[in-house]
Amino acid sequence: MELTSPTEFARETVQSVQEYSSLAARAIAGLFRRPRYFADIVYQADLIGFGSLPIVVLTGLFTGAVLALNSAHTLQRFGSLSLIGQLVSVGMVTELGPVLTGLMVAGRNSSGMASELGSMVVTEQIDAMRALGTDPLKKLVTPRVVSTVFMLFFLTIISDLLGLIGGAIVSTVIFGMDLHQFWSSAWQSLVFQDVFTGLTKPLLFGFIIATVGCYYGLSARGGTQGVGRATTQAVVASSVFILLVDFFATKFLMAIFGYR
Amino acid sequence: MSSPPIPVEEPISRTEGSQSPVIVFEDVSIAFQGKQVLDGISFRLPRGETKAIFGVAGSGKSTILKMAIGLLKPDAGQIHLLGEEITQKPEEELFELRSKVGIVFQESALFDSLTVRENVAFRLMEKHDLSEEDIEARVREALSFVELEDTIDLYPSELSGGMRRRVAIARAIITHPEVLLYDSPTGGLDPITSTTIIELIIKQRDVYKTSALLVTHRLQDAFIMATHYFDRKANQMRPLPPGEHGEVPMSFLILRDGKVILDGDAAELAHSKDEYIREFIS
Repeated sequence: MELTSPTEFARETVQSVQEYSSLAARAIAGLFRRPRYFADIVYQADLIGFGSLPIVVLTGLFTGAVLALNSAHTLQRFGSLSLIGQLVSVGMVTELGPVLTGLMVAGRNSSGMASELGSMVVTEQIDAMRALGTDPLKKLVTPRVVSTVFMLFFLTIISDLLGLIGGAIVSTVIFGMDLHQFWSSAWQSLVFQDVFTGLTKPLLFGFIIATVGCYYGLSARGGTQGVGRATTQAVVASSVFILLVDFFATKFLMAIFGYR
Repeated sequence: MSSPPIPVEEPISRTEGSQSPVIVFEDVSIAFQGKQVLDGISFRLPRGETKAIFGVAGSGKSTILKMAIGLLKPDAGQIHLLGEEITQKPEEELFELRSKVGIVFQESALFDSLTVRENVAFRLMEKHDLSEEDIEARVREALSFVELEDTIDLYPSELSGGMRRRVAIARAIITHPEVLLYDSPTGGLDPITSTTIIELIIKQRDVYKTSALLVTHRLQDAFIMATHYFDRKANQMRPLPPGEHGEVPMSFLILRDGKVILDGDAAELAHSKDEYIREFIS
């Protein structure tokens, strides 16, 4: 492995941050400038949103179920099995729903964007687009960002709901809990802060997934090997960013709304 | 090569200052990863002229084309495209200017997720100012020029290398650009297909009289261009009578070690005393 000097590493890191920031800013600016690519947005929304539905459904359902399964034993020991609905709903809505949906969509779509745009870079299609007078950021990045943010919001709601259904199935079938009691506990324990936190996160995660995927794709160099590298880096970076941003967003929102 | 009738429409809107050169390089230098590729090169492409750029692999020929439309920025020097200095312009301001230039990339660079129709129509569809019927008519006109009308619904992966190159030419000429840039249009093609592509370039040159930069490492391509003209009645290229020049001026630019060692017409090239050039053309 080739060793890089600390100066060179610092320079490359600063340059990458600068390029990523520029791409993200121009992707947002593309929303407010003509031409607007509504057809591309709808196409990407279908690809990202409906395409990710099966994995999001499975992830949500089984996460809620396993959350209920794990916590029920502990709660049972303290005679507090009735709290299981509260635990599953708060856990799913504020944290597990947004984060796991974000990670699943990142794994599927960030890599897809990086490989698609990376292939376009190495075959000079991006240069061709620029030469034909079209801004690739506006044509390719902005629609992906808009679609991912929009669709991840709704995918997270679906995931939350299915998590609750999974928790309800486990609580009623395995632990014999009353279904009505589960839903009452789950519903009543949720406050505005939980729902707001849970629905703010997918907006941030969606932005991260799309911009990171597109950034690595458009930065791909070195033929098919470079495209493969960009794809891997996109998944790793977007997943890490999601976890980092999740922590800071949670802390920030807690500071605003106060601790529960 | 049998050809369909040549379209008569020539709705070319020219940029102001039509006598000024379309491309000017002034003392342009660029280096990649510490290696100086172009070192202070200067040349100009007068309006209506075709200039062929030669050089060995890695001599910066394709880099010149990319810099000419601002896809790459030089480290030093100035580049003027259609009268505008482009080295200081931000990317957003270059898109409008680039829409007046057509470029054929080395490997065609067709959008592989779009059909031939969508590829050729790309520029018109992006403008959003033409009806679908008008776009269809223009696409068919461009494809008929390159004799590939029957491939309109195919994807680039279903075409041969030569056909992809011809579709790329159709995509480049559909808006009747003021300048055309050809990046090794015959690279990697067999001799017969190469001649077909050169015939198309000659046809484009003599029918539309578009200024062009042609990058190639095949000297015979440029010599065919210098010694042939397109006969519109017969619909094929023919050799020029001895001693006659074509309607469109043709010049040659040879690069060596990052510098221009010749920038002149066929006679200057043929009579050059430079040993490297003699070896190049022998």
